[in-house]
Parts: sequence; structure tokens; C-alpha cells
Amino acid sequence: MLKKRIIPCFDIKDGRVVKGINFVGLRDAGNPVELAAQYALAGADELVFLDIMATEQNRKTLTDLVSQIAAEINIPFTVGGGINLVADADKIIRSGADKISLNSSAVKSPQLITDIAKTLGTQAVVVAIDTKLINGKWEVFINGGKIATGLNTIEWAKKASQLGAGELLLTSMNNDGTKSGFAIDILNLVCDSVDIPVIASGGAGSKEHFKEVFTKTKATAALAASIFHYGEVGIQELKDYLKTENIAIR
Amino acid sequence: MIAILKYNAGNTQSVENAVKRLGYECVVTDDRQLLQSAEKVIFPGVGEAASAMEYLRGKNLDEVVKSLTQPVLGICLGLQLMCRYSEEGDTNGLGIFDVDVKKFPPKDKVPHMGWNTISKSENQLFNRLLPDDNVYFVHSYYAELSQFTIAECDYILPFSAALQKNNFYAVQFHTEKSGTVGEQILTNFLKL
Repeated sequence: MLKKRIIPCFDIKDGRVVKGINFVGLRDAGNPVELAAQYALAGADELVFLDIMATEQNRKTLTDLVSQIAAEINIPFTVGGGINLVADADKIIRSGADKISLNSSAVKSPQLITDIAKTLGTQAVVVAIDTKLINGKWEVFINGGKIATGLNTIEWAKKASQLGAGELLLTSMNNDGTKSGFAIDILNLVCDSVDIPVIASGGAGSKEHFKEVFTKTKATAALAASIFHYGEVGIQELKDYLKTENIAIR
Repeated sequence: MIAILKYNAGNTQSVENAVKRLGYECVVTDDRQLLQSAEKVIFPGVGEAASAMEYLRGKNLDEVVKSLTQPVLGICLGLQLMCRYSEEGDTNGLGIFDVDVKKFPPKDKVPHMGWNTISKSENQLFNRLLPDDNVYFVHSYYAELSQFTIAECDYILPFSAALQKNNFYAVQFHTEKSGTVGEQILTNFLKL
């Protein structure tokens, strides 16, 4: 049986791991290469690295960091941030990443999803969607959650999927950093609208939140950062708990 | 020396890293002589079948791979290209395995992405593995079950997780990304 994936996420700034609380107020949480190796050993199913300053500063994710991580770990990982061209994506994949993640650039230029999927395969393209509930409607935000796009989240999810995304990474900005649990409602709406896997993100604060997201939605993976980075919940401890709750876990 | 086939489908870096982590020397190459004289050849791949086949034919690498007599391991797209035909881009493959590669019907999320268990037959490739061991898959197309199937996986339908014919081995999952289980399978291959 296909297992539900637990994915620690590393927000990268200047080559270090940081985690924002509602996308502001960053704290330093360590060295990405060391952390990646530690998490792989601890049983993480996959890793995600997001270069959170890349888009707004218009600089490329450091491919040598990708190379270092790839040399060190034996599980899949995704790299996002500042990927505006097929060549950017190609460089990251060739450095040893398994997938690239697009966010703002895909909204600004949806064709990019198709172009990268054609070159590297749909399985290599994750479209990350930051969404926020505004007046009862889930809207897509870009540039690290700073710019509202007016796009309807479900419509954008469908479009990204049709254009060639292999997976969606859905972050609820309302939940992110609150530790109050994942946004079950929008996850269900998105999971039901697309045929590709969806990673739940934003709001993990306890083991029970992971159980909730896997039992109440069709999300195939759940992503979290600070609860892992600050040792509030251990990966192995979380996976053991989910197994006892009869959730398919590696 | 272990040779990793260099062609237009990505992922050679990950395979190279994995082989090096296991302490073997390797070279990423499309040179006929290097490939033919290597102890083992790995045929990795992440990408699209039709464009990959076009590239291989253009460089005559399709004939080179078919002519190899040492142990060869196809990984993911490598496995699919070693089959007779793929629905992805409607292309003929190398035909080492007389098996068709088809797209998963959309009865569940596609790609099949993540860790899954496989039912393994007795094969040196699976030495020291446990029944519950998980390996990492990422694919939208699958090789049908056949007489060459040495491991089976069930997602949407049962399909070939691994194939073998003579010196040709192939796995649909990513050994290089399957943690310690993947390392064991890769070690088993490298020790053949």
C-alpha cells in the first residue's frame, strides 16, 4: 500500500534554515545539509527546501547547496524558490534534486509549468500554492504571501494540474505558523478537484493534526517545519503514533 | 568501474552520488567503449520516453545498451525504455523486455508518488530485504506484469516493480532515493 509521506520543510535564506511565523519574524533553525541528513536518518519520507528570499530578491537558488544535499542524503527532495526559467529547473535537477517547486513564477507565467514538465517530466514539477481565506473565498497569494493575485485557489489548482504539474503543495496562510492544525476544508476542495497528489502544509502543531489531515482529507503527504526543527515532535515518534492509529506509514 | 549511461534524461547525479556513497568508483558516460568495458552499467532516467528514445537512437546508444553482456540495471525511465513499447509519446523502446508500458488509469492520484511495498520473488537483487520494506516510486506509466517480472507492486493495478532477463535488470522505483533499502538493492546489483 502507498504510504502517507511526512515531509519536513526547510525554508532557506542565505544558505541557512529559517521558519517564519505567518511568513514574518524569521528565526534561524540551522544548517540545511546537516539537518537534511539528520531527518533522512530519523525517517523523513521526503524533504522540501524553499529558498524563500529568492523570488523577491530575484536571485537563483544556490545549486551548490543542492549538490551538497544530494551528495549527503538517500531520500527524495524538492527545491523551490526563484525558478523562473526551464534552465533554472534543469540546473537544480541536474545537481541532484528530484523535483522543483514553482510558486510565484508559475502564477505569472503558467506556461512555465508546461515547459518544465515537457523537459523534465511532470513528476519533477511541484506547484506550490499559498492560499488565504478572504471574505469566505480562498485566494492565491504570491511573493512569499505578500501579494494577492485575485486567483481562485481551486481554479488555479485545476489549471496547474492541467498544465503539467505532477504534485501540488498547498499551504494555508491562515493556518501557517498557528499550530492549530491543517486547513481541512480547502485541502478537501483541492484534493477533490485534481487527479495529482496534494501535499498538505500549514498549521501542524501536534501529532493529532497529522492524523486528522490523513483521515479527513485525501492529501498523500503532510509537510511541516517548526514543530520538527524545534524538536516539539520527533519524526520517528510521529510515525510510530500514526502507525498505531492505522495510518499507512513507512 | 561502474558506468552510468549519460543521456538527455536527468537524474544521473543522484545515481552517481548513491554509487559513490556505497564506495564504488563510477563514470557517467555515453562512450561506447567505456560502456562496453564497464563491470556494471546503470541506465537511469527521469524524463519523457519518446524524447529520450529519440536521443538514444540519434547517438546509437540504443544498440550499445542492447549489446551489453555485463549486468545492466535500468532505473525508472530506464526500465520503461528497456521495454518493447511505451504509451508515453507513443514510442518503441529497446525491446529487451517484451513488455508494454502503459499510462495508469486515473482511478487514483497519478503519478504514483511515494513509498510502497513490493512482492519480491527469489532473486539476488533482493538479498537481505524484508517483506515490509518500502521503496520510493514516482511514475505515471507502468510496465505490465510479464514472465520477466521479479517484483510486483500494487497501485491502481498490479504492475512490474522489477524485471529481469539474463544480464538485464530493471526497477521501476528509485533505488538511489529509497533510503537504506534502496542502498541494499543497489549493493546487491553491484555485487552480482
